[in-house]
Amino acid sequence: MRHQIELDALRAPEMLEPIEKCVHCGFCLAACPTYDLLGEEMDSPRGRIYLMKNVLEARIEADEAQPYIDRCLGCMACVPACPSGVEYGDLLVSYRALQEAERSRSLTDAVTRKLVCETLPYPQRFRLAIRGGKIGRAFATLLPDAFGAMLSLLPESLPAPMPLPAVLPAVGERRGKVGLLLGCAQQVLAPAISHAAAHVLAANGIEVHIPRGQSCCGSILLHVGAEDQARQLARGNFPLMPDDIDAIITTAAGCGSGMNDYELLFKGEADAERARAFSRLVMDFSAYLASIGLRPPPGFAEERVVAYQDACHLLHAQGHQAEPRALLRQVPNLRLVNIADAGMCCGSAGTYNIDQPSIAAELGKRKVAAILAAEPDVIVSGNIGCITQMRAHLNFVGDDRPVMHLAQLLHQAYSEGD
Amino acid sequence: MNHPFIQALQQIYPAERLLTRDVQLLPYESDGLTAFQTKPGAVALPVDEDEIISTVRLCHQMEVPFVARGSGTSLSGGSLPIADGLIIGLNRMNRIKRIDPRGRIAVVEPGVINLHITHAVEPYGLYYAPDPSSQSICTIGGNIAFNSGGAHCLKYGMTSNHVLGMKVVLADGTVTQFGSESLDGVGIGPDLVGLFVGSEGLFGIALEITLRLMPAPQLYRTVLAAYDNLGRAGDAVSMVVASGLLPGAMEIMDRLSIKAAEAAVAAGYPPDAEALLIVELEGEALQVEAEFAQLQGVIEESGAFEVRVAQSEEERARIWKGRKSAFSAVGRLSPDFIVQDGVVPRSRLGEALQEIDAIKSKYGLDVANVFHAGDGNLHPLILYDGREAGALERAEALAGEILAMCVDLGGSITGEHGIGMEKRDYMPAMFSDQELEIMMALRRAIDPKEIANRGKMFPGVEAPALQQHGLHPLEKQGVISRE
Repeated sequence: MRHQIELDALRAPEMLEPIEKCVHCGFCLAACPTYDLLGEEMDSPRGRIYLMKNVLEARIEADEAQPYIDRCLGCMACVPACPSGVEYGDLLVSYRALQEAERSRSLTDAVTRKLVCETLPYPQRFRLAIRGGKIGRAFATLLPDAFGAMLSLLPESLPAPMPLPAVLPAVGERRGKVGLLLGCAQQVLAPAISHAAAHVLAANGIEVHIPRGQSCCGSILLHVGAEDQARQLARGNFPLMPDDIDAIITTAAGCGSGMNDYELLFKGEADAERARAFSRLVMDFSAYLASIGLRPPPGFAEERVVAYQDACHLLHAQGHQAEPRALLRQVPNLRLVNIADAGMCCGSAGTYNIDQPSIAAELGKRKVAAILAAEPDVIVSGNIGCITQMRAHLNFVGDDRPVMHLAQLLHQAYSEGD
Repeated sequence: MNHPFIQALQQIYPAERLLTRDVQLLPYESDGLTAFQTKPGAVALPVDEDEIISTVRLCHQMEVPFVARGSGTSLSGGSLPIADGLIIGLNRMNRIKRIDPRGRIAVVEPGVINLHITHAVEPYGLYYAPDPSSQSICTIGGNIAFNSGGAHCLKYGMTSNHVLGMKVVLADGTVTQFGSESLDGVGIGPDLVGLFVGSEGLFGIALEITLRLMPAPQLYRTVLAAYDNLGRAGDAVSMVVASGLLPGAMEIMDRLSIKAAEAAVAAGYPPDAEALLIVELEGEALQVEAEFAQLQGVIEESGAFEVRVAQSEEERARIWKGRKSAFSAVGRLSPDFIVQDGVVPRSRLGEALQEIDAIKSKYGLDVANVFHAGDGNLHPLILYDGREAGALERAEALAGEILAMCVDLGGSITGEHGIGMEKRDYMPAMFSDQELEIMMALRRAIDPKEIANRGKMFPGVEAPALQQHGLHPLEKQGVISRE
């Protein structure tokens, strides 16, 4: 589409190219969860691109368009669906950052955002917040919806930390050396994921370095438009990783795709090259394992039926559709079943289930229905957000079958045969 | 928009399904043809047929023009809003009401997405045949309005061959039934289903449609042949047809469209081909195998330098994905482009392609060619850079010459995208004044106030010839604008 937008040189390429490339063909509508749910152009990818264009052209007020932009999950399902190659994600992230400085928020909204930005990325604060949440839950009915949504997602109790050594040596012949990122919220909610990932990597002949003092990678902040804070936290990790590693492994889909965007985040910064070098090494756990080739695990004594739930930020943002499935297929006595509408977001989407509780809940409900129809024994995903969302929605329908990270299932597949 | 009308709409729709603020209306101001933009007065989103009927009656009573819109994918501006008119957004009317596998019919609402019908009837071994490239998102209502085709219409015909009956609300508010549930039923009296299908929304809105389903092919054989010259690929089509074969689809892509599709979906097309011919045989296994042997002989003789046969469903899907994304993919090659849609008699394809080549050199612009070769339906994509002064005018003039050529060769100014907003001006090139007069008389008989999709199809009083850059008068009046 043609436009009359003027932007500074820093922002222009990321924001104008998608707008120029979009031909308004509508192919993205079929992939968009909010269009599917709400059935309005404003809640579709091409509609949002059109709204952002109109805001940037000063045809409408940013505040008017904001509710529709806020409703975007950022699931990126529209990106692979787009024949014209519109980089919707670049536009959205840049637009959110650009508007964040100027937008006005309601008090509740501002407080919620502040709480998210000041707790989630910091494990110790987050742990405290969860303890506080227990008290808060007693007063949940008195609080605004957004807080209620936050509280309902917090677990009743926290798992005990599972400390890892600074270096976990490779088992058998050494095939590689990686750094492992622990994630922020994940460390608190499910330390077992990193623990399992480290041991599965080691079992595959990988020397795993787990540097102390890691910070949040900034992805969750980038998602909500807090660019400065995202950069500040991301920088904390740069000096920690050893120089001679093959890859920096993340077990969280959202973190992986966020770190892929460091080039955009650090554009024009003094340490842009450093960020790019870091970003190039980042690999999702599943993609790395698939690339080196899995050492065959002993597998399970009895058949286990597994449903693999695609995290949007692995499937759409990073294109890892085949890798996790290929790993699962190599586990003896594991049968993989398909979930209908596999590309549809589960509604977790970073802080989305806090910002847009009703849409998130509807998507969660649909996802769980599709999963249950496939009749798995266990549900596997590659992202803590999806895992939390599915656990919560399975609980709502009274279903207690296990939901776990791919690394945890693989860890079981290696341990069970021992 | 006028207040009494909005107030009356508020009696029909709850606030969340009646859009009136600018921020809600702007995203509706274009469909798949962004060259035109008109902000509608309001958008109503009905969820049942009573709401649609009440709305149409209200529009008739208050003389407010309306446009029925599905997913807004029209490439001819067919669902472009009318300034101060109403958009009736039918995308929430998306229920499949009944599937009768024995009778091989499905009864659907107009907002059902084309491909969703096939998904729903797959378990019965059936499918819905018409397959426009936008089938993953375009709706049956829009398919009916524009008698949509697709790659496989060569063998099975367009949408009109697959609609058995429909309940409609005409523009004056009359609710009536056309056709029936059986193929024979259509033969009694005038073919009113045939009249309604392809009427571009000028008669009213289909409320409930009975569609014919086909048994899903047992076997596909998809052949991709690469040629070092476009004319040779065109000749191959004539050779296939002359051999007595009727493939499900025969498509040609030229070098530029191959490049675009390759960039978009990495279809794995031979990189050095000047032209690709895709031929797909489908049907019962025994027959397809016999036809396949025959086809291989023909393709061998046609001078293809590389021939591939899809070895799996995945390979077949990839071949088609490249072809079906070609239009939008051209957005990767050029900042702006015009998608054209014209028809020439199949026997004159080679001639038409040479002619296009000559025309484009004259204008100094690139043209990518993608076409349904089997039925002579051309889709020249004219590439230009709108930031360059005069480029748009040259592109439009070029498009006009191609359409004139189609008519001269005994073809048509549209194969499947329709006249819509884009081609009203070319109607007189195909039809005499008397013929146009008959069409308009018919329209007024059904829609005396001319409120249904007013301004489309006819180069008329309220919508005179396109003029900006010599073409679009409404732009001059500020009613519409071009990007």
